[in-house]
Amino acid sequence: MKRIFPILAIVTAALLSYGLYAAMVIAPRELTMGDVQRIFYYHVPSAWTAFLLFFLNFVASIQYLVRPKPFADRLAKWVAVFIGVACCIGAFVFPLPEGVEPGSVATTGIAITAIYFVIRKFFSEQGTDALAVTTAEVGVVFCTVVLVTGPLWARPVWGIWWTWDVRLTSTLVLWLIYVSYLMLRRFSSSGQTPVLAAALAVFGLLDVPLVYFSIWIFRTQHPQPVIGGGGSIDPIMLRVLLINWLAFLCFAFLVCWSRYRLEMMKREVEEAQAMEGLLEPGGVR
Amino acid sequence: MNFLYAAYAATWIIHIGYLTTLVRRYARLKKEVDEMRRPGRG
Repeated sequence: MKRIFPILAIVTAALLSYGLYAAMVIAPRELTMGDVQRIFYYHVPSAWTAFLLFFLNFVASIQYLVRPKPFADRLAKWVAVFIGVACCIGAFVFPLPEGVEPGSVATTGIAITAIYFVIRKFFSEQGTDALAVTTAEVGVVFCTVVLVTGPLWARPVWGIWWTWDVRLTSTLVLWLIYVSYLMLRRFSSSGQTPVLAAALAVFGLLDVPLVYFSIWIFRTQHPQPVIGGGGSIDPIMLRVLLINWLAFLCFAFLVCWSRYRLEMMKREVEEAQAMEGLLEPGGVR
Repeated sequence: MNFLYAAYAATWIIHIGYLTTLVRRYARLKKEVDEMRRPGRG
């Protein structure tokens, strides 16, 4: 695995460089907004990456909660299978909101099930907790990028930095939820902290669909979706957007990898220090 | 155009800032490990 890291880092650096070049040079200039529209190529991929990381945090938290209880573990496994099957069948049987493709709903369902089983197979109980911390922290970083680049786009286009619109407010609430999650983990020394944090993460994810679907459900000032929501986008712009998303996904993967290793190392050191404390004369009473 | 440059710069400042904290945490942890491994301890 150690050999893959530098290779992936080089690939990611190349993708990020090309993504930047594509956003600045290859993507056509938008007619009404002008060059400031190019912020979209960093803002949207960062938002998608943050959502994905928060979803991984949710799955890892669920697994951390259910893993010690065999019945809950089996139940969660079947719920994950049910979500995949229900999305595949439901997408083609039930009417969907305008612009939502049945294929994308089915793919999302399959992806949810696949992610659940991949995490279940490759992470131990402690591993799922470390993964939850990792994805929450990196997710907050990406969500911060979204909250900073959004107003920088809004100022020249809307004439204001911020408005208390549903999409913007729910994104800010999402950021605050995960910041509170990280603060809970950082400052609580109780043995129950991972369980409490996992429970908070489960509720935290409820805000993600609200953020994502707010522009479908409510009348908001935020632009309507250009993909999967009935909108349209120039094919070159779409390609540039997807290249940047791929680049940010690779970058997020590398950062998560490093952060996960750091978390596991920290736990090993803490365990060793605790053992050392016990073995010291007068350590056990 | 200034807003565009500001947004791109802010993105990378946030990411590089976070990577810097990760590097510092690694260094601190490594120091702790080295201290634990020091002969004559324990």
